[in-house]
Amino acid sequence: MLFWQILIDGFAISSLYALGATGFALIFGVSGVLNLSHGALMVAAVVAAWAAGNDLHAGPYSGAALGVAVGFAASLVTYFLIVRPLQTTRKIREEEKEIFILTATLLWGIMIQELIAYLYTNNAKTVAPIVEGVVLLAGVRTPTNEIFTALVCWLVIGLLWLLVNRSRAGKAVLAASMNPRGVTLLGVELSQVYIAVWAIYGVLVGVAGVLLGMFLGVSSYSVGPLTASAFSIVVLGGLGSVSGALLAAYVVGYLETITAYLISPAYRTIPALLLLVAVMYVRPRGLLGRR
Amino acid sequence: MRSFATARILLVGLGVIVLASFLPLWVTGYILGLLTLAYYFGVFAMAWDLLFGFAGEVNFGPTFLIGVGAYTAGILDNLYQPPIALCIAAGALAAVTAGVVLALPALRLHGPYFGLTTLVAVLILQNFVVVDAHLTGGEIGLTVPDVISISDAINYLIALWFMAVSGAILFWLSRSPVGLILQASGQDAVQAGALGFNVTKHKLAAFIISAFFSGLAGALLVFYLGSASVGTLVDITVSVQIIIAAVIGGRRTILGGVLGAVFLIAMSEALRPLGDLSNFVVFAMALVVVLLFPSGFFGLLTRTREQA
Repeated sequence: MLFWQILIDGFAISSLYALGATGFALIFGVSGVLNLSHGALMVAAVVAAWAAGNDLHAGPYSGAALGVAVGFAASLVTYFLIVRPLQTTRKIREEEKEIFILTATLLWGIMIQELIAYLYTNNAKTVAPIVEGVVLLAGVRTPTNEIFTALVCWLVIGLLWLLVNRSRAGKAVLAASMNPRGVTLLGVELSQVYIAVWAIYGVLVGVAGVLLGMFLGVSSYSVGPLTASAFSIVVLGGLGSVSGALLAAYVVGYLETITAYLISPAYRTIPALLLLVAVMYVRPRGLLGRR
Repeated sequence: MRSFATARILLVGLGVIVLASFLPLWVTGYILGLLTLAYYFGVFAMAWDLLFGFAGEVNFGPTFLIGVGAYTAGILDNLYQPPIALCIAAGALAAVTAGVVLALPALRLHGPYFGLTTLVAVLILQNFVVVDAHLTGGEIGLTVPDVISISDAINYLIALWFMAVSGAILFWLSRSPVGLILQASGQDAVQAGALGFNVTKHKLAAFIISAFFSGLAGALLVFYLGSASVGTLVDITVSVQIIIAAVIGGRRTILGGVLGAVFLIAMSEALRPLGDLSNFVVFAMALVVVLLFPSGFFGLLTRTREQA
């Protein structure tokens, strides 16, 4: 009974982690940017979906659509306002750009967090789920929403896989992540690739955010932990490796669920953090990292 | 030329410190309290700058070292009430130990990996503080029975001169050959190693020095505030504020950290009428500085003086 419960709950949470971390890994893989405003963009999408239901009395579908749209828009704003000016500036030496992008996206994330706290308070917000009710799964009473979350996550990840491996634009993105200079030599405009990646990332962040809002709910305090968990999952899996991030999401998700059920919810995040430190020490490139 | 500029900066710095020592005669205790906090923050930012600006390692977890120092001093005082100086020394020592423990695995890593390890260290410390509530006071915080002094002016002067001495040592270190080697290893570790410098040894030294000053400042801060809590000493937001102070003050300048810290605290005070929006405005201003003036306040100051 407990075994099935851990299996089902862990699967849903892990799928959500996987979707959230995929976008983060994609951005890093293609443009080398670690976007530390990740958590803030997710929370912005949740709050938009929540506000649509609460203030505008929109239905769950239109609320979710608005949430995804806000995630998409916020991602592009982040790119054009913060990341691109820093990437193209000549005031900063090339090897120092990474730290500037880290600092700037961190600041940007905190600004979004403060703005949300100011406009909509620090209270936790839960988005009205699209599907409701409970089903009996292997003897465990499981909210239908949990199954829906896992399904949508895998659907979106599958679509992303198709996009990257089958479409022309997706192939350019994949190629850019392997060798940016080679892609420019083939006549692909690198800035176009970056815009495409940030657009894809925006959709991923929006969907992951809205699902998170329906499943667990968020508050403006979730910004830091969300960024940290995406960051650790991606590093655990190996920076730049999307399949590594997927694997790591399941490792972290199950480790947390097992700890929460068997030991105590208070210790929930500790084993995953210790595992991360251990992996960093023994195998710094992560589980499936290329470098 | 270079030593001349260094001497002038030190002279101007000394002048400012001496002037600031007379501040208790004119301003209220409230402003002194704010400045005291800002000075301790300045030490955090300077210690961070030594590690990042010179050694080139992004430390996302300065509060790990600060927190270890602060909580060690606080818990020791709570349990056995030894003299305060002993508690503070123990705090600094514990921070150095924690720095070595963190540095050994972390120095094998670089860039984002290093940053993440330091970030995780903060999260682990935070978890343990909350879980071991009987010792640390948990989320409510730890109250210590002793404080250094109840006089605003004395606390202010201690913070000021502590900051001045730490700043002078760190600044001198950054301008010494050791600082130059650190800078070289930060920019190109392979080449610095090829020139015969032991990169790891120097980075470890930078880590230990940074940890020492962070822990010392953390422990002093506990005995100034009379309490230690996750929200004021360990939380990631505190780390972020330290990083912001160092970056907008000017990286690789050490002294810029003080300017950044005073700016952050002065701004959040000046913008208090805006209420909850004030933090947003402060962070937005910091972002503008990062985007438009990457060399920070200190860079702006020294550049205008050179042009004049």
